[in-house]
Amino acid sequence: MTFTVAASQFVVLLGPSGCGKTTLLKLVNRLYEPTSGTIAINGIDTRSLPAPALRRRIGYVIQQTGLFPHMRVGENVAVVPRLVGWDKRRTAARVDELLELVGLPAEEYRRRYPAQLSGGQQQRVGLARALAAEPSTLLMDEPFGALDAITRGRLQDELRHIHGLLGQTVIFVTHDVEEAVRLADRIVVMRDGRIVQDDTPLRILSHPADDFVRDLVGASDVLRRLSLIPVHQAIRSGIPDAADRCPPVTASQNLRTALNLLLDCGAPRLVVVDADARPIGTLDLEAIQQAATVDVASDSPIVPPDIAPTRR
Amino acid sequence: MDSLRHAWQYVQDNPDKVEQALWVHLRLSLTALAMAMVFFIPLGVLASRTNRVGPTLVAGVGAARVVPSLAVLFLLLPVFGLGERPALVALFLLAGPPLVINTDAGLRAVDRAVLENARGLGMNAIQAFARVQAPLALPVVVAGIRTATIEVVASATLAAFIGAGGFGTFITSGLALRDVRLLLVGAIPVTALAFLAEALLSALERWVSPPVARPS
Repeated sequence: MTFTVAASQFVVLLGPSGCGKTTLLKLVNRLYEPTSGTIAINGIDTRSLPAPALRRRIGYVIQQTGLFPHMRVGENVAVVPRLVGWDKRRTAARVDELLELVGLPAEEYRRRYPAQLSGGQQQRVGLARALAAEPSTLLMDEPFGALDAITRGRLQDELRHIHGLLGQTVIFVTHDVEEAVRLADRIVVMRDGRIVQDDTPLRILSHPADDFVRDLVGASDVLRRLSLIPVHQAIRSGIPDAADRCPPVTASQNLRTALNLLLDCGAPRLVVVDADARPIGTLDLEAIQQAATVDVASDSPIVPPDIAPTRR
Repeated sequence: MDSLRHAWQYVQDNPDKVEQALWVHLRLSLTALAMAMVFFIPLGVLASRTNRVGPTLVAGVGAARVVPSLAVLFLLLPVFGLGERPALVALFLLAGPPLVINTDAGLRAVDRAVLENARGLGMNAIQAFARVQAPLALPVVVAGIRTATIEVVASATLAAFIGAGGFGTFITSGLALRDVRLLLVGAIPVTALAFLAEALLSALERWVSPPVARPS
């Protein structure tokens, strides 16, 4: 197989277990050595470096966190900076900065041991550790697989946020379609060691390549598709009623959220506001329905990956 | 109670004899332990790193364990003669099994995901061993050292049978002379030494163990 990941892209490898997605990931940092073929990062063959040197440039996060239980949180995060020879002050500053970034106040958490953290907190530390030595590429192998749904959702949002801030290239492995749709700029669907489809989340949901992909991603799930369409795609112009009993939706929110709000408050329409909370139009049930169906029929992706919808 | 008092009286009357026995006993035990650790812990490391030879080695060492220490002493007599040397060799061999078995088990018990992550983050084989695998196996290795120490300290008593000295000398004399007082002069310090070793090494074991989850 051949595929290319653009810099700063968030790519999700999606497929059932045993399809080869983890193998593909481990080939990138040479935990598995390729028997044939070439893998290049920034145009440099991964085999031109010794494997440890290569891996120090690539962040790596796995499911069971893999935190070192005998090291404090701060020491765990400092592992790679130490391997690449940063001095103590720079390392300490970086550790604190990253713990804050992943939402664990350094003062409180630096000196704890992994066993003293919850699963979600451990996974945050795992992310901080992977980011520590400023890698340009991040490999994540079902990092949130063992977490409860609420924690997982929160961490997914924060990962998206951090990716927006730091702009690493991310290759993320999962078998969870919701997770893939929520995170990816681009989804690569795999089956039996092959790529069966490689496209934006919306295109994969609206144009599954075959029955396998259709079943896997639940392409018939309209709600899932709606979650990828921003409100402004379905907005109706017009001055909204002055008095309305529903809270407004923001144009950048998605239609699934809007539909939820609409059904929940029972009003015929919602007021749509822009980022500064100024009303710019309305949204009703019919408009949502049209957006959902028009989208399926349309041949070009409505939302290009570079302006992917802001997720809740 | 009388024999206890008499034993104490004996100690007060012969402080140099008792002190001499203490030093010999400690020297024998600690020398044998040190040699055993230098030899058998690396052997355990090797055993843990090979999947065919390792388990066979560990099983063999485990089987050798059933040979009683007194038997080992007498088996060594024809080779090494009397005195401190055969005693040292016997104690060295005696300390082997717990060291090999625990080192192997401790290293093998380290979570594979943690080790793969060590490599995945860019540690080379030596760094992954020294910074991750070995520290995580350490509590189990220390438990092996604790077992070995207690066995050696207790068995060093038997060394007196082949004339190596130590607290066992009082016990052999006590048995020969049917003198309970002498038996106690030998037995009580050995028991105390074994307890002391147990306490110190248990504390060390806890100290090197990573903290477990605390209810918060």
